[in-house]
Amino acid sequence: MSTTEEQGPDTAENPPAAGPAREPGVRRPRRPGWFLPYGMVLPAAVLEVLVHIIPMALGIYIAFTSLTQLTIRRWTTAPLVGFENFVRGLDPGNALGGALFESLFRTTVYTVLVVGLSWVLGMAAAVALNTRFRGRGVLRTLFLVPYALPVYVAAILWAFMFNQRDGMVNQLLVEDLGLLDEPPFWLIGENAFWVLVVVSVWRLWPFAFLMLLAALQSIPEDLYEAAAIDGASTWRRFTGITLPMVRSANAVVLLVMGLWTFNEFNIPFLLFGDVSPESARLISPLIYEHSFVNWNFGLGAAMSVLLLIALVIASVVYVRLVLPKGNGNA
Amino acid sequence: MKTPPTALLSASTALGLAVALTACGADGDSGDQTLTYWASNQGASVEEDREVLQPALDRFTEETGVEVELEVIPWSELYNRILTAVSSGDAPDVLNIGNTWAASLQQTGAFVPFEGEDLDAVGGEGRFVGTSFATGGAEGEPPTSVPLYALSYALFYNPTMFEEAGIEEPPSTWEEFAETANELTRDTDGDGEIDQYGFVTEGGNERQNSHMAFILGQQHGGSLWGEDGPTFSSDEQVAAVKQWVDLMAVEEIIDPSSAEFNDGTQGISDFVDGRAAMTIVQGSARTTMAARGFDDYEIAQVPMLDPLPGEAVQSHTAGINISVFNDTDAREDALRLVEHLTSPEEQVYLSQEFQTLPVATEAYDSEELRSGSMETFRTILAEHSAPMPLIPEEGQMETVLGGAIGELFARVATGDEVTEADVRQTMEEAETQMNAAN
Repeated sequence: MSTTEEQGPDTAENPPAAGPAREPGVRRPRRPGWFLPYGMVLPAAVLEVLVHIIPMALGIYIAFTSLTQLTIRRWTTAPLVGFENFVRGLDPGNALGGALFESLFRTTVYTVLVVGLSWVLGMAAAVALNTRFRGRGVLRTLFLVPYALPVYVAAILWAFMFNQRDGMVNQLLVEDLGLLDEPPFWLIGENAFWVLVVVSVWRLWPFAFLMLLAALQSIPEDLYEAAAIDGASTWRRFTGITLPMVRSANAVVLLVMGLWTFNEFNIPFLLFGDVSPESARLISPLIYEHSFVNWNFGLGAAMSVLLLIALVIASVVYVRLVLPKGNGNA
Repeated sequence: MKTPPTALLSASTALGLAVALTACGADGDSGDQTLTYWASNQGASVEEDREVLQPALDRFTEETGVEVELEVIPWSELYNRILTAVSSGDAPDVLNIGNTWAASLQQTGAFVPFEGEDLDAVGGEGRFVGTSFATGGAEGEPPTSVPLYALSYALFYNPTMFEEAGIEEPPSTWEEFAETANELTRDTDGDGEIDQYGFVTEGGNERQNSHMAFILGQQHGGSLWGEDGPTFSSDEQVAAVKQWVDLMAVEEIIDPSSAEFNDGTQGISDFVDGRAAMTIVQGSARTTMAARGFDDYEIAQVPMLDPLPGEAVQSHTAGINISVFNDTDAREDALRLVEHLTSPEEQVYLSQEFQTLPVATEAYDSEELRSGSMETFRTILAEHSAPMPLIPEEGQMETVLGGAIGELFARVATGDEVTEADVRQTMEEAETQMNAAN
């Protein structure tokens, strides 16, 4: 067994055994082709900087300026206003801050509902379709249709269906089933929020279904067989085997769906247009409204930065608390 | 040292990318003599506009030898495209703008001010209808746009429905208007449901809502903007907005379903489909009606208050202006194009095609434009119109104010009672929102 003492001190006179002898001040010659890995990574790195890093840095810079339609011509010289945009955006006593906090609360409720319902539907469908039966392939394909349809087409179709006067939903509820006497409004007023939830769940649950189905297929069948022999009920098998075995997949699915839903822009924009009804005004459309309807880019950027910080904090906390820790022994 | 081919490939890819990106940035300095022109969408479709404008541009090319590359841009995209062009400098030479944007865009400094020789080059101030020319920019500053198409609101009514109801004349006061509309609101097939309303407006249309708040506010003696900012919650403005919303809430002459309408075509569709007997829209709506093959309508002046406590305003001075970008390398040719399109001859042609009003005073002498409806629109524009506040925040004001009125219509449609106090509170909130955002 060799020790450090036996090897002696690591000096020029007594170089480490592993390294070749080098004279002081003389650089080790580089191996031919040393730059190959860097060259191969370079295009991706350049694109990453151009597509992600620079716009993000610019967004953060703009948040500290009063960039509006009046200063956009020379936007690099828009006056710096320090934290003014953040202060205005965060002051609950001010109309903008009040709207931001209301919107944040609404977006949180919306996210919890959409992610929760999507997960329940996705898990139920995944469990149901994890057993072999005739027509399973057709159902699997059918369940993925909402996810495969372009969101623009789907949301516009939903807007038609929820139209108060001629929409299919009111036709069904009022004319066909007779559940309501008067056709309600769905795209304006308080109901707009629920329409947003319904369309978002319809759009998102196939993703949960797809991911959870893949996770379920990795659970060994013998576990269920052993549990069945021991007399475990279906519910007991679900809570005792299925849920613990898909915990990692669940954690990732919930995180990804949560981030997507919190940032949702397309669905409210397509359902309601430039400005959503107050009951359905989420945070991303609110930022859009400040930036591209009111043309106050500084304020919009400040709200985006606040949203970014909130989501990063939430994600870090979630990852630390929920995601399984790797211990290196796996 | 040997260089492996893959490394060369990677390096050249990166270099190529950099060169390509640099080239993208330089695009537009091509140095050719062709003018680029961004036109707003005036007709029933972008294609139709192209077909109308191309002959006018061909005549320009014939006269001057300068080619024009035309792009017709839908209204929903136009402002965004203009601001992108302003920030990037990659802009057309000549472009159309909504005239209510004129003061905002003027402040960007990106457009040629029409004064001195540049104003003379486009025909001078005397060429244009005074009320329309006044919309070219903020008061007291050289305008950075000149009018191209003039428009005004008018009352459109269905004469067949009027005849069936035994009504001989269109209403001229708001009181008569409510009475007439009430008579025309009826169940025509006896199924117990109202299927014909006296009036239709788009409750969710921010632009129309803010324009009507302005018109009615002027009649009540109010204004939307004062020295210190928005004055939406003044007594006069509150009365104006309450009167507008009450047409649905109290008079019940508007179908509550129209609280969802917001795209500028749904209200016209109801009028064309016989679901409503009257509507108040701008003259350009006639192109949509023509595209639907509908001509069973007459035009009258927008009703007025009687007695009238304020101004005899029946429309804001609506229209489309034309501007020249400062960064153009063909300023002279660009000004010639503006002169050509605003010339009396081209104005006669364009007004007929787009159902707009000419902006050149001389064009009104044309026999081709002498009709009853043209006279009505001209009277409204020349004698009973005033520009929306010429302020940089105008666009934002229309969104905030119009959106707030849209929320009031939504509350009425969903069964809420909307009192004067509710209107005042909503207007105060809209004011606060405007002040906080600026």
